[in-house]
Amino acid sequence: MSIQDLQRKSVEYRKTILKIIHHAHAGHTGGSLSCIDILNVLYNHVMNVSPDTFDDPTRDRYVQSKGHSVEALYTVLADKGFFPVEDLDTMEQYGSHFTGHPTRDIPGIEQNTGALGHGLSVSVGMALAAKLDKRPYRVFTLLGDGELTEGSSWEASMTAAHYKLDNLVVIIDRNKLQITGPTETVVALEPLADKFAAFGYAVRQCDGNDIAALVETFDRVPFEPGKPNLILANTVKGKGISFTENVVAWHHKVPTDDELSRAMAELDRAAAEIEVMA
Amino acid sequence: METGKPNLEVMADTLMALAEHDRDLLVVTSDSRGSGKLVPFAAAFPDQVVEVGIAEQNLVGIAAGLASAGKKVFAVSPACFLTARSLEQIKNDVAYSDQPVTVVGISAGVSYGSLGTTHHSLHDYAVMRTINNIDVLAPADNFETAEAIKAAYTLRRPVYVRFGKQAMPHLYGPGATFEVGKANVLSQGADVTFVATGETVPRAVQAAAVLEGEGLSCGVISVHTLKPFDEAAVLDAAANTRALVTVEEHSIFGGLGEACASALMQSGVRVPFKIVGLPDDHTVTGSQNEIFNHYGISADGLANTARQLLQVGITA
Repeated sequence: MSIQDLQRKSVEYRKTILKIIHHAHAGHTGGSLSCIDILNVLYNHVMNVSPDTFDDPTRDRYVQSKGHSVEALYTVLADKGFFPVEDLDTMEQYGSHFTGHPTRDIPGIEQNTGALGHGLSVSVGMALAAKLDKRPYRVFTLLGDGELTEGSSWEASMTAAHYKLDNLVVIIDRNKLQITGPTETVVALEPLADKFAAFGYAVRQCDGNDIAALVETFDRVPFEPGKPNLILANTVKGKGISFTENVVAWHHKVPTDDELSRAMAELDRAAAEIEVMA
Repeated sequence: METGKPNLEVMADTLMALAEHDRDLLVVTSDSRGSGKLVPFAAAFPDQVVEVGIAEQNLVGIAAGLASAGKKVFAVSPACFLTARSLEQIKNDVAYSDQPVTVVGISAGVSYGSLGTTHHSLHDYAVMRTINNIDVLAPADNFETAEAIKAAYTLRRPVYVRFGKQAMPHLYGPGATFEVGKANVLSQGADVTFVATGETVPRAVQAAAVLEGEGLSCGVISVHTLKPFDEAAVLDAAANTRALVTVEEHSIFGGLGEACASALMQSGVRVPFKIVGLPDDHTVTGSQNEIFNHYGISADGLANTARQLLQVGITA
């Protein structure tokens, strides 16, 4: 898929995210908008995973440790054909399997997540199994920056390096905001790249909302043989909508009817700009 | 009762026997292969041991990831840390995610004795019983331990197994059977039935022998599976005996005793009833035996509890 096609998808994905959150009257708007370009590139350019091959033991795995941005994952999985997008109208409704965090009840989801700091350990197990079985698949794990204060992330990082898991690709959605405020004022994370490097990762940074930059970065995996990969994806929380970008309140604020209309208009303009550039 | 091995060694022997034929069987340890008697396993099957260091949360998460890829995983760590520190990983990564991991709590209960409360697991039945989609096994002797490990291997679903360090007396002869979810009736009696679990079962057997010597008719049930719980066995005992005493190496809250009480009350069965376990107190210092004796988990202590319920020959 071309860069422009991926850019077009990101615009459509942002529309879907906002629509389903608006419909459900619940969701994590800011974090889903910050990570959606990463998921777009993973599912449409990087990973060999599809509804037809989901039972294939050699499929690539994706684990979303930051489970609260499930709306981004649902959106991409629906687009990939794991289930009809209309199913998302039931999201967070009584009796629906589409809960506010990922569960394996939903086709395409590998592991239940939502409690923070769990995804990396599970992913290490998956990547280690690939090494033990000499299988070629890779494991991609998306972590929020806010969840890095969970100690289990660093336990898992030590084992990832110890077992030389260069088939593990950890992506940090570095939007620098969490529910209380900036990560650096809650509990400072910087220098984050240095910390991961010190833990034994091969670290690369990129603009996590720039499709071309993400494609180029993912195409270079594995960065160094024998080292787990860490992509520090610098993103903007609420990316793509002028009034949600970098606003802490949009962590899980739901758009009003008016806000949804304004957001859709902005996204229509973004789509038009892509066509001009193309 | 003839004494066998520590259940820990039986677990390790059983895993060795299974690993012989299955390269997908993995043991994940948290710097605990020594205390888990898994050094021979690691020597024989070095590629089937995953060491994560002292990191119990990571241990369980990695076990879940390995299981998701088809590995048959035994995550082995001292019960006290495993079921407290990793409780959320057991709940979410294993049970909720339906990953077929066997979570093995070693040196459980007060096995670590005088090391103190940090090293005791007196809460694990309670917390594991309240987690959906995980079986809870507490084998008593070597036979039950081997069968529990084999059953967990075969079941391919979330299972928690716990046992201690002491050499255990044999409770079973040839022809014994073991089925997850079905309690084993070791003996039946009309006066009192001891409903026991894990390594307290031999104490109940000894207490029954003491009372039998006094002319009382005693039964003993080994509840090796706390969940799914064999209510029928307990209700049957209540219907055919004058009193029930439950015995466990666990807090009196949330364990076997309360499971029995719940089954009885909800069935409308009234029977003189006593829960024997560790009280809501800072546990006394001592060996496992000394702690058992202190809290009445002994032949004399249990016999006396039974006498009090039956209101016969009370001695102290």
